[in-house]
Amino acid sequence: MKELILLFIGSALVNNFLLARFLGICSFLGVTSQLRAAVSMGVAVTGVMFGASTVSWLLYAYVLDPLGLQYLQYVVFILVIASMVQALEQVIKARMPGLYRAFGIYLPLITTNCAILGVALLVVQNEYNLLSSIVFALGGGAGFTLAMAMMAGLREEFRPREIPHAFRGTGIGLVTAGIMSLAFLAFSGMIPM
Amino acid sequence: MSNQTTLLLSPSPHMHSGKTTQLAMWGVCASLLPVLGTAVYLFGTYVLILTLVTCIGAVLAEAASLALRKRPWTGEVSSLVTGLILALTLPPHAPLWVGFVGGVIAIVLGKQVYGGTGANPFNPAAVGRVFLLVSFPAQLTMWTAPFDGVSTATPLGGAEASLWTLTVGTHGGSMGETSAIAILCGAVILFAMRLIDWQAPVGTVLGTALIALLVGEDPVYHVLTGGLLFGAVYMATDWVTSPVTKRGRFIFGLGIGVLTMVIRVWGSYPEGVSFAILLMNALTPLINRAELSLREKRRKAYVRATS
Repeated sequence: MKELILLFIGSALVNNFLLARFLGICSFLGVTSQLRAAVSMGVAVTGVMFGASTVSWLLYAYVLDPLGLQYLQYVVFILVIASMVQALEQVIKARMPGLYRAFGIYLPLITTNCAILGVALLVVQNEYNLLSSIVFALGGGAGFTLAMAMMAGLREEFRPREIPHAFRGTGIGLVTAGIMSLAFLAFSGMIPM
Repeated sequence: MSNQTTLLLSPSPHMHSGKTTQLAMWGVCASLLPVLGTAVYLFGTYVLILTLVTCIGAVLAEAASLALRKRPWTGEVSSLVTGLILALTLPPHAPLWVGFVGGVIAIVLGKQVYGGTGANPFNPAAVGRVFLLVSFPAQLTMWTAPFDGVSTATPLGGAEASLWTLTVGTHGGSMGETSAIAILCGAVILFAMRLIDWQAPVGTVLGTALIALLVGEDPVYHVLTGGLLFGAVYMATDWVTSPVTKRGRFIFGLGIGVLTMVIRVWGSYPEGVSFAILLMNALTPLINRAELSLREKRRKAYVRATS
C-alpha cells in the first residue's frame, strides 16, 4: 500500500508529466486560457491515460509479450489510444457540446498527446504489474490536471495589454511554464523511481 | 453664482489614504535595514558590495526594460526592494556576478515580461533566487561562518547550532536569513507601518511547525533555521503575488510552511522556502477563485434568507 501511495505521488509531482518530463506540452499551452476547459482537459486526459494504460498493459502482457511481438508495441499502443479518444470524442460531442467547442482541435489531438503514449510505454518499460500501472496512470493524470489548473489560473489573471508585444500568447505561456517547472524541481529526487 | 454644481463622477475607491506605492516601497526598504545591518556586522563589508551590485542589476534591468517598452520610469523603488530581498537570500560570499545576474533575471523574467510592477504572478526575488540555485548550485551553497569567514555547513546542512545562536544569527547561512531577531525587528516595522498583515507569516510558521511535529522533528529549530522567517516576513507578504482575502493569505502561508517542510524532509534540496513560495504563487489564482465563489455562495444564501 505504501509503495502505491509513493508511486502515485511520484507520478503526480516528482515526475510530473508536464513540468518534469515535458510531455504533453501542446495542450498545456493550447487549452489553458480558461480554467474550466483546462480542468476538463485534465480529466479527459486522465481518463484516456487510465483506459489506454490498462488496455495496453493487458495487450502487452497477454498478446505481444507471449508472441514475441514486443516491437509492435508503438503501433498497438497508438491504435489503442486513438480508438479511446475517438470514443471519448463521440461522448463529449453528444453530451457536452459546449465543452466540445471549447476543446476544439485539442480533443482529437489527445491522440497525439505524448503524455498518454508516455504512460503506456513507461508502464511496460518499468515492468509494473496491473495495479501499479493503474496507480501510475491515475497519478500522472492527477499531476497533469493540477498543472493544467495552475497554468489556467495564472493565465486568467494575466493582463494581456500590459505584456510586451513579443511575449503575448505562447511566449508568456512558455516563460510561466519554465518558472513552474523550476518550482517543481523542488520535488526532484524525493521518491526514487 | 450659478446654481449649477459640478458633479465629479468616478468609479470606486473614492478615498485615498495618502499612501502611494512608492512610499510603501521605501517603507519596505527601511524595514530591511536592521536585517542588512546585522548581515554586515556578521559577515563583513563584502555583504554591502554584493547587495549594492544585486540592486544595481535589478534597477538597471528595470530601467532597460521600461525604456525598451517605451514606458515611463515608475517602478524604480520596487525593483530596489526586489534587489535587496534577493541579495539578502544569497550566501555572504557569493561572487558579485551571481548577484548581478540574479537581479536582472528577477526583474526581467520575474516581472517585466508580465507587464511590470503589479502584473507579475510570481515573486520576482523568489524567481531570481530559484533560478540562481538551479543554475549555479556551487556558488549558491558557499557557506561561511560569521566574523572569520571560514567555510562551514549550515544548520540545515547538518551543523550543530544552539537555540541562542539561531536567534541572534551567529551561524552559517544566507546573509539576511540567519538572525531571527533582525528579521522580527523588520516585521515589527512593517506591521507598525501597516504594510503587511499577520496572516501569511503566521500561516507559514504554523505550517512549518505542524509538519515538524508530525514527522517528529523540533518545530522551533525548523522555524528558526534557513530562510523560513525571512521568506515568511518579506516574500510571503508580497501584495501582488499573495491571495486577496485574509483567509486566502493564511492558507497561502500554511501551504508555504507545509511545502517547505516537505522539501526539507524528503527533497534532495536542504532548503525549500523559495521553491515553496513559487509553488504557492502558482496556486494563488486558484485560492482567489475558491474564495470568490465561496463569497458568492454566501451572498446568494444571504439574499435568499433575507428576501
